[in-house]
Amino acid sequence: MAKVRVATMWFSGCAGCHMSLLDIDETLIDLAGMITLFNSPITDLKVFPEEGVDVTLIEGAVGNEEQLHLARTARQKSKILIALGDCAVTGNVPALRNGMDPDEMIANIYGDKVTSNGALPYEAVPHLLGRVRPLAEVVHVDYFLHGCPPPAGLIAKAVLALVAGKTPELAGPDLKFG
Amino acid sequence: MERITVKIDGREIVTSPGRTILEVAVEHGIRIPTLCHLEGLSDVGACRLCIVDVRGQLVTSCTTRVADKMEVLTGTDAVRAYRRTILELLFAEGNHVCAFCVSNGGCELQDLACELEMHSVTVPYAYPRHRVDATHPRFLIDRDRCVLCGRCVRACGEVEGARTWNFAERGSQARVITDLDVDWGTAASCTSCGKCVEVCPTGAIVRKGESNGEMRKKPEVITRLKERRTHG
Repeated sequence: MAKVRVATMWFSGCAGCHMSLLDIDETLIDLAGMITLFNSPITDLKVFPEEGVDVTLIEGAVGNEEQLHLARTARQKSKILIALGDCAVTGNVPALRNGMDPDEMIANIYGDKVTSNGALPYEAVPHLLGRVRPLAEVVHVDYFLHGCPPPAGLIAKAVLALVAGKTPELAGPDLKFG
Repeated sequence: MERITVKIDGREIVTSPGRTILEVAVEHGIRIPTLCHLEGLSDVGACRLCIVDVRGQLVTSCTTRVADKMEVLTGTDAVRAYRRTILELLFAEGNHVCAFCVSNGGCELQDLACELEMHSVTVPYAYPRHRVDATHPRFLIDRDRCVLCGRCVRACGEVEGARTWNFAERGSQARVITDLDVDWGTAASCTSCGKCVEVCPTGAIVRKGESNGEMRKKPEVITRLKERRTHG
């Protein structure tokens, strides 16, 4: 059987969802035989393979211009797109800044508070979006894995189902936020 | 005593007039999701989650009385879809950051997302700005997590008799206030009884000093209190 091509991405989030992904214990060994992991914070590969992937899991909300671009690329390059965790699903903690002006916020944090180098971070890093958005506000999402982070068992269940070509059955306690 | 017959989800039920659809359904083990309803408080039909189909019309089962030969459907696809959209709106109108809430794991809104199979919120999130009032020495209100169910308003008025809590403004500006919109800590009518805390279904009105996911409420205290006052 051909290996399922998987990518994972990390947007505005704390990496906790990726920690939970790594926390699926011995399932990782089973999974290693069934998937090929392409671009991911785990492999440190940055770009999608030309021919795309079967499944992409995205952790984190869409908070800056680069993430917006990457979300669209991920959608184009993936057959199945998964919002991994509450930040990707709802905006969660990163969205707490919504309603504040990003420029004011940056001036406040990096401006007069920084003594050694007062430059505002606009050159080398992507601009913040006006507001942080859940993944599904910018691209179509096929499955939502709730939780902060989603329990390891839930991630394993969903990924194993998809690898087997089945629809993940997400119901009841699987849909608990937080 | 007058007897009437109603049909709920195809089941013929003999009951008496004057009772609500919700009461009759609960008595016969038929589950209808609720949020603003609490046994012991008056029913106001604020949250709309208990809607049912009565011959094609959607009505709130907590405020609609049964009538003879009434036919009620509690779980049609349409009813479930409407309930889910209502729930999505409740999530979109607030800042329910479940992961960092004292009521995480003990929240009726969070439980409803599981029960009604809300995979995501399909309406745009409003991300409103609200003021947290922590001026009361023992309690605080985080209006980000308030769903305007009004259980605090009713518990305070109907059971405690203090009438500290009330509503102000309308629509998306609507919020619960203490006295004439003063800081809770300075609200002269508040007896600090804590009933509003126990009945609040989310992490909006909470005890101070509880940490993330620690808050567990006892709304049934109000139900028992009301029973004892009614029956002695």
